[in-house]
Amino acid sequence: MKQYDLVIIGGGPAGLAAAVSARNAGIRDILILERDAELGGILNQCIHNGFGLHTFKEELTGPEYASRFIAQVQELGIEYKLNTMVLDLSKDKTVTAMNRTDGLFQLQPKAVILAMGCRERPRGALNIPGSRPAGIYTAGTAQRLVNMEGQMPGRKVVILGSGDIGLIMARRMTLEGAEVKVVAELMPYSGGLKRNIVQCLDDFGIPLKLSHTVVDIRGKDRVEGITLARVEQGKPVPGTEEYYECDTLLLSCGLIPENELSRGAGVALNPVTNGPAVNESLETSIPGVFAAGNVLHVHDLVDYVSEEAAAAGRHAAVFILGGGEASVQALPIRCCSGVRYSVPSFIRPDCLNPDDTVTVRFRVDNIYKNKRIAVYAGENQIFTKKRNVLAPGEMETIKLKACSILENREAAELVLKLEDA
Amino acid sequence: MFDVIIIGAGVSGCAIARELSRRKGNFLVVDRAEDVCCGTSKANSAIVHAGYDAPQGTLMAKLNVQGSRMMGELSKELDFHYQNIGSLVVMNKDQNRAELLRLYENGIANGVEGLRIVEQEELRRMEPNISDDAVAALYAPTAAIICPFGLTYALAENAAKNGVSFRFDTEVTNIEAIQGGWKLTTSSGILETRVVVNAAGVYADRLHNMVSDDTMTIVPRRGDYFLLDRSCEGYVRHTIFQLPTKFGKGVLVTPTVHGNTIVGPTAIDIEDKDSTATTQEGLDQIRSKVCLSVKNLPLRQTITSFAGLRAHDTRHRFTIEEVAPGFVDCAGIESPGLSCSPAVGVMVAQMVTDILNLPENPDFDGKRKGILDPKALSFEERARLIKENPAYGTVVCRCETITEGEIIDAIHRVPGARSIDGVKRRTRAGMGRCQGGFCSPKVMEIIARELNIPLSEVTKSGGASRLIVGKSKDRL
Repeated sequence: MKQYDLVIIGGGPAGLAAAVSARNAGIRDILILERDAELGGILNQCIHNGFGLHTFKEELTGPEYASRFIAQVQELGIEYKLNTMVLDLSKDKTVTAMNRTDGLFQLQPKAVILAMGCRERPRGALNIPGSRPAGIYTAGTAQRLVNMEGQMPGRKVVILGSGDIGLIMARRMTLEGAEVKVVAELMPYSGGLKRNIVQCLDDFGIPLKLSHTVVDIRGKDRVEGITLARVEQGKPVPGTEEYYECDTLLLSCGLIPENELSRGAGVALNPVTNGPAVNESLETSIPGVFAAGNVLHVHDLVDYVSEEAAAAGRHAAVFILGGGEASVQALPIRCCSGVRYSVPSFIRPDCLNPDDTVTVRFRVDNIYKNKRIAVYAGENQIFTKKRNVLAPGEMETIKLKACSILENREAAELVLKLEDA
Repeated sequence: MFDVIIIGAGVSGCAIARELSRRKGNFLVVDRAEDVCCGTSKANSAIVHAGYDAPQGTLMAKLNVQGSRMMGELSKELDFHYQNIGSLVVMNKDQNRAELLRLYENGIANGVEGLRIVEQEELRRMEPNISDDAVAALYAPTAAIICPFGLTYALAENAAKNGVSFRFDTEVTNIEAIQGGWKLTTSSGILETRVVVNAAGVYADRLHNMVSDDTMTIVPRRGDYFLLDRSCEGYVRHTIFQLPTKFGKGVLVTPTVHGNTIVGPTAIDIEDKDSTATTQEGLDQIRSKVCLSVKNLPLRQTITSFAGLRAHDTRHRFTIEEVAPGFVDCAGIESPGLSCSPAVGVMVAQMVTDILNLPENPDFDGKRKGILDPKALSFEERARLIKENPAYGTVVCRCETITEGEIIDAIHRVPGARSIDGVKRRTRAGMGRCQGGFCSPKVMEIIARELNIPLSEVTKSGGASRLIVGKSKDRL
């Protein structure tokens, strides 16, 4: 088996962008391993538009967005293997994978980029009581059936969870001829983008019931109906139950980064994101193993996935070309006062040039109005920016000046928080 | 006319069928469901009780100890997952030691081997996550965990290999005595047989009451469970029971043979023999009870919750007897029925053999090979397997790493998988943490292709459980 400098696990938006930027940064032997039959990952089933406004300054569908990157990968002659499952990644970066044609094989690259994406939280993990008939799908599974296989999973639909895929599927199922009765959301706010609520629910007259959840599922063979109830302090309120007759329940209740391989290799994970804890170079606790995209933390827009993955590709290139020396000092970023997590989790001052900027992405834990995002190094405020509205459904991005970190490198940590404006 | 019709393709029915296939005859197993193992056998604690619990001198006690002794050997013969991990009945500081000793003595009287009381210090070494209130436990080293699907499929496949027929989607609606046997009216026609074995689980009372005046009542006793992700593997090392109190039996925590952790069950008597719906109250009950025996159980790692129905005879006893000439009940087989099943099979098959005076089957072959698990192979063996059969190189279920080769094997077994759940229980595709989110569309395609049926006819679990209702835009 031919050996490679860089192996990228996953040929979705993150893997593709990482491959292109690593090649542009001078890495010749790159291999993308993709488990599905095509490059592009989940974008292939996202046939709606709204992709690429930041990256290409135009509105593309998911497959169109993917095809731009796939074209670059092909023009640059980057190798990839489809229908290929990575079975194991070891601490020494041995990648064990298999497919029908090559059989079982091992690779020993100098660097690895984790780009496996995420999966949806299933019904079981939500502890919804009731029966377990056919007709309960995660929104993404239904999306695949409808958009890629042309099959209808149901006619009368209730959606639990207002994540973006759920909102998109509310519109899609309506357009395909199904009746979407209601979207229920456990939290008092939606987990999806504002624009999706407007374009996918409001425009089609689909009600969104906040602070509601499914308390019962009825039907032996196929779903016959579900019961919603209002939720207060995390508990359904007796007497608020409403029965909806339906044959389908779609779930859009959160995404979980798929880090089985990372865990197997011993990569340290961030307990909030369930993705690897990375430094400013998007490098995990194993030197030479980088991560980007939804495997690292769940993004709101694919444009940011591409941007982050391109950075991971550049950093991996630096590592392969011999620049990535281990650094002793790392400043942790502590998140508090409304900030749930940050990517990166650490910044190594030794690895910064004074002219660099460090991109920090994060999410907040509630809806906030009139706030300032502030970053402190010890007593010193090194960044602040006013934000009128912050919401859990939208990822925030700030750019820190490397020089401001270098000036405060003696600080024990950086603190990222929200303050009243 | 059949020699024997066994009604019910659960673990008891299949164990009886397999034992009966040591004899020559025309044997049929019927079930109202679409597959083997669709009732009580599919949703339980997946454990082999040691046999200290059932009262001394009862049939239940005898069959439990026998079944438990047979299970290890049977797992080798029929190639299903079995691990002899032992069990602990944990007593807390405010509980009565006399009750623990009573169990111990009952176990000794039942003939359970190796039983002993372990004290706090040793208990903590055995189970680091045991509750701080735990002071002692009854240790039963012969207790074990098994894959209940694996056991039932293995019994069914081996029975089929030795000549037993299976007929599914066949519900028995009436039974009447005829000359030399019985006439069964079923949802798929009339069947005649010399002997009937009633192994119909929660429905056994209905069949029994069709032929006997001594009325039987089987109450479906629902048990809700949580199943935790494999990432919790090692949280407990034995099957951990709670010492029963006046409030009931408590809940257990146990590893499964596949590295998950199972927590439950509740014991809620219901009326509907079909209702395996979980309830909020049931799930809450488990949450509040489990902390009596273990601490910091990561219930957040739940990948699914489910419920099963135990066939509880209101008299709490197994009925294994010929209740009318040529009509043999195997009824009220509630817990520890799974543990008893090998012994139940032997016992009922012997009864039937005696009634019909059946000759030996000289071609009987008791060996069965399970679905090949490529993960159990060495790197070289696995590489060779993929070269010989590339279907083993395509991973369909990512969470459990199940290949297309395994799924195709499951579909073409006799009796084989015909639905998503049938594939899931045989191969574990869809059994993992994403619960079939990614693989179910692919499994549906494979089933449709291999059985040569349209995708719209693929079901989750037979009957009307269709997964696809039409084509996109077909009603616009």
